[in-house]
This record gives sequence, structure tokens and C-alpha cells, in this order.
Amino acid sequence: MNGMKWGETILSIVEVKNLTKIFGNDPLRALTMLENGKSKEQIYNETKLTVAVNRVHFSIRQGEIFVIMGLSGSGKSTLVRMLNRLIEPTQGEVWINGRDIVKMNQEQLRQIRRKTIGMVFQKFALFPHRTVIENVEFGLEIQNVEKRTRRIQAMQALELVGLKGWEDRYPDELSGGMQQRVGLARALANDPEILLMDEAFSALDPLIRKDMQDELLDLQQKMKKTIVFITHDLNEALRIGDRIALMKDGSVVQIGTPEQIMMNPANEYVERFVEDVDLAKVLTAAHVMRRPETIGPDRGPRVALQLMRDNGISNLFVVDKSKTLIGVVTAEDASAAVRDGKTLEDIVITDVPVVTPDKRLYELFDICGTAKLPVAVADENMRLQGVLVRGAVLGALAGDTNIPERGGADAVAENTTG
Amino acid sequence: MPLLKIPLAEWVESAVDWLETHLKFGFDLFSSAISGTVDLFSYLFHLPPPFLMILLITALCYWIARWGLALFAAAGLLLVTNLGFWDHTMDTMALVTTSALISIVLGVPLGIWCAGNRTVRNGLTPVLDFMQTMPAFVYLIPAVTFFGLGVVPGVIASVIFSVPPTIRLTSLGIRQVPADLAEAADSFGSTPGQKLLKVQLPLAVPTIMAGINQTIMLSLSMVVIASMIGAQGLGADVYRAVTQIKTGEGFEAGLAVVILAILLDRLTQNIIKKNEKRR
Repeated sequence: MNGMKWGETILSIVEVKNLTKIFGNDPLRALTMLENGKSKEQIYNETKLTVAVNRVHFSIRQGEIFVIMGLSGSGKSTLVRMLNRLIEPTQGEVWINGRDIVKMNQEQLRQIRRKTIGMVFQKFALFPHRTVIENVEFGLEIQNVEKRTRRIQAMQALELVGLKGWEDRYPDELSGGMQQRVGLARALANDPEILLMDEAFSALDPLIRKDMQDELLDLQQKMKKTIVFITHDLNEALRIGDRIALMKDGSVVQIGTPEQIMMNPANEYVERFVEDVDLAKVLTAAHVMRRPETIGPDRGPRVALQLMRDNGISNLFVVDKSKTLIGVVTAEDASAAVRDGKTLEDIVITDVPVVTPDKRLYELFDICGTAKLPVAVADENMRLQGVLVRGAVLGALAGDTNIPERGGADAVAENTTG
Repeated sequence: MPLLKIPLAEWVESAVDWLETHLKFGFDLFSSAISGTVDLFSYLFHLPPPFLMILLITALCYWIARWGLALFAAAGLLLVTNLGFWDHTMDTMALVTTSALISIVLGVPLGIWCAGNRTVRNGLTPVLDFMQTMPAFVYLIPAVTFFGLGVVPGVIASVIFSVPPTIRLTSLGIRQVPADLAEAADSFGSTPGQKLLKVQLPLAVPTIMAGINQTIMLSLSMVVIASMIGAQGLGADVYRAVTQIKTGEGFEAGLAVVILAILLDRLTQNIIKKNEKRR
């Protein structure tokens, strides 16, 4: 889920170049000042112009969740509104599917907004005079889609977000979480390639917010949209982002995967930001697992015992040639097997606790605490990726920097290659 | 007295003269359109016999605002009939309906234009102030010059006096639509027209209706003034009573105006409420 898989072509669907927004009269004055290296504050003091977004570059890959993260006033909302030109850029280019929308005329821009980009708003922005289904239909209605067709499409979108049966209610009859589902369904109804979500979950209370994040990730598994998600909540960013762009004072400070940002903060600002992140919610099994010692099922118990002795461990994973996990053998059973003349297949324990590499640390505590056997980390095809050692799990929580180096960001890509 | 008085009065008069000679045809056309509309409404209101009309109005009141207003309508209108003011009340209704209609047709689009364009808004606001505060009698003079005596200058003066609330509140209603809703409409690729019709206007309806309510009330208050230049109706009765110092008759005619005013006010108010409930 996190990171791109190898072998998949990396296409950028959104390409932002040198994008700048300056609010105030005659904003071009500030552009030269920016080029000359003046700060946002200096420019404001001299000209009363506000630099909201300062020469931003990035590209967003098809199918990823790209999070733009920053505190209030960092320019993230202005930035996202320039991606569909709700706010006109002062300078710069926004390439979407290979076309620069900044150069488009109103009609071309409308077509892009109708077909390619959907948007979800912080305070839902549902139309209070329209029912739920009429809200969801809105995007299709303004394209003059025939009434029956648009009702069918809108119902599908509504079902997707789990609100079937609520279509004839009015928005004010729904809870906040449900209202935002309607907002999401409205954005999805015309099946856009890109979804802009401007602090979409920030107005919800924390438990609902987490549900919505999970649901968004679920939906994303099915839909494979390109999502640009704006948030001021780093935990949210780390939870759902494939990549994160961190903004400060209108500039992008760092772009990277959640792991890269956590492990290698680009500067002091990012460092301070990530300081109070709950590591248990960020790090995954892939980060803390260790390289497993394995043995083929056709080997004898003697070989197994020797291997354990060499490595100073008391059990071994049994895997076949394609690294598919069969089970585990313990030193005790192996020496009994040597005595009784049994084979490895006789003594292998198949009932091994297994977790997937993307399991978050906080979900691992229970399993690691209660398991009598080592916990295997395996992908959905049961191919063994690593082993969890209790000390390493706790060590990672304490900020043990050695851990991520061994199982860290680079290893993730390898391990999820599958 | 200053040595040189600015000849404002002379300027206004020569402007009026110029308009009268050069735009006579336009004014005539305009005049017949207005008097035609008033006549049409007057004909319609007089068509059913009074008791049937009272029944219809009572039913309308019941449909829009339930029993309270329906009872008031029945009692009030029966009293008006009893006092012998039925025909004049219907004349007044025709005049008010016409000027309210013209005010809406002019005011709502102007309000929309104001809402979308700051320059227009800044330019129009002092004009609206002028229209509302200039003593209403003053409009009567040029209105009579252009349109002669009778109901037409009465309607014109009413419209000038009563259109500002519709313009102001339409503009306000549209500008009050939350910015994120307008933004949402834009983000899905609405044309400005679609945004206006599907989002801004529906949400502005309660405010616009409040403006229309004010417009109707103001045009009703112009009725008496309009009667001074020959507009028929209750205003004429009041005016006659005033000139002849007949307190009793004046009170009767005035009461009929009050009953009509309360009826129209409560009706439009309740339409607003019905609208706010949405369902």
C-alpha cells in the first residue's frame, strides 16, 4: 500500500511548476522580490502583499494519495485551489494529464473540472436546499446528463460510501460524518481521475475521523484514484499518505514517503513537527522485523539443529523454494526428532502467528506479547518477509534509531516487492 | 441669497422638457403597457362577485397560513364590503399588484447584477438612497408631465419609491450564500448561470422574499399619494375625506387600507416561512 511497486510504470498525472500565489494589489511587484531572495515577511512589510504560495514544484503520480501538510496559514488550501483554478495562480504552471490548465480558457477549464477533478470540502459545502441524492447528482446535472442516467450513477456513488437509503434526506438531517460521505459521493459521482480533498476530515471528531480515513483507504483500494489530500494533522498525513509534501510559509519544505519524513527530516522545522508523532501509529511490522533464519522442508532435523546452534536461536522457519511459509520448528522438537529418527515434516508446527508487513506497531503489541512462537511477517501470499523480535518492537518505540536502519525505508520497498 | 444660485431647478426642467419632446413615443408606449396591466388586474379582481372573491382569498390564506389568517381575511374583507369599499379595494389591489410586479421584474435582475459586480453596486447604492428618501410627491410632478393624470404616474411613482428593497435584498441574499457553496458549484464546473440558478438564487429566496414583502408594503403606502394625481382606489377615498375634513369617512377608508396591508403582509411573510421549511 505504501510506496510504489516496482515494475509499475510511474506516471505523473499532476505536474506543478514554479507555482506562486500572491494576494494583494499589483502582485507582480513581489515576484521579483521573491527572485531576489526576500522572505515572505520582508515582502509583507515592504509592500503589504501576502505571499501565500511560494514557487512550488512537485509531481503527483497516478493512483497515489499525495498529502499536502502544513499548519494554518502555510498556504496549503491556496495551493490545492490552484490545482483546479478556484484561485488563479500569480505565476507558474499546473499540468494535468499533459495540459497546462493555467493557460486554458473558461470553457476548457470547466470541462476539466467536470470530468477530471472532483473536490471535497472541509465544511462539506453540501447544498442545504437539495436532498442527499440531488447533492450527489449535482456534478452530472450541470453536464446535462439525462435524469435517469445521473440518478443511477449517483446511487452507485452513494452506495460506495455506504449511504444507501438516505438519498431523500436533507443534509441537515445527517451527522457530520455522514455529511462528508455525501460530499465524497458527490465528488465521486462523475468518476474523476483526481480527487482534491481540502481538510476533508478536519471538521469531524477524532473517532469518526479515523473511520473515514480507513474508509478512504478502503475505497482507494477499489478505485485507484489520484488523491490530493490537504491536512494540518501529521498523524493523518502519515496514516493515509503515500507521499507527503510538508509546507511552511507557502513553500514546500520536504516531499517524501511518511517513512522518509519521519526518519530523515529535511530540516529543523520538519524535525520539530515529527517529534511528537506517535511512532506506534507510523511504524509498521516491515520497519521492525528482522531477517528470518529459514530451512527447506526436505532437510533433516540435524541440519536444523546445527543452523540454530550457529545463529544462537531456538527456532527456525520452514519455507519452500518460493519462500512460502510452511511453519516453524523448535530446537526441542528437532533434538527429539534426531533421537526418534523423525523427519522435519513430522515436527513442523504450522500454526504460526503471522502478520502482514503493513501492520502498524500498535496492532502488534498483543500478538508479540502473547505468542509463544516467533511471529512471522508474511505477505498476502504467505511468502515470508521477516520475523518480529519482541525487543526490537519495543526498541523502535523508544526511538531506537538502529532499528529503522535495518528494517527501514529502503527495506520496505524490497520487502513489499512481492 | 448668494450672488449666483446654481440653476438646478432650471436644468432639471429643461431636461424634462427635452425628454418630453424627444421620447414622447416611448412614454406613450410605456404608458399604455402599464395602464393595460392595471386594467387587466382590475378586470380580473372584479370578475368574480365579492362573496366568491372573499371565499377564494380566504381559501388562499388557509392554504398558505392556516386558520388565523383565513379568519382575519374573511372578517376583514366582509367588513370592507359592508362599508362599501369593495370596488375601490380591488382597484387598489390592481395598482399594488402591478407596481409590485414591475418592481420584481426590474428589481431582482438588478439585484443579481449588483451582487456580482462591485462597481455596479457602488454606483447604484446612492441612487437607491435617493429614490427612497426623496419625498415621494416630487416624483409625481415629472410623472404627470410624461404620463398625464391617472393611474399610470401613480404606478411609476410607486415603483420608484418601492423597488429599492427588492434590489438591495436580492443583492444581499446572493452575497450571503456561503462562499464554500459557491466554490463547490464552481469546482464541479458550473457556468455562472448554473451557479446562479441552481445554488445562489434558491438559497437567496427567503431574503429576496423579505425584499418583495417590503416592496409591496411600500407601494401600498404610496396609494394615498398616488390618488392625488387621479389614481382610483382607496387612496382617493382617503384623500377626499381629508380635503373635506370628514373624520369618520377618512377612518373607514383608512381602515380598509390597513386591512389590505395586513393581509398582503401576512400572506407574503407566510410564503417566506413556507419556503424556509423547504418541504
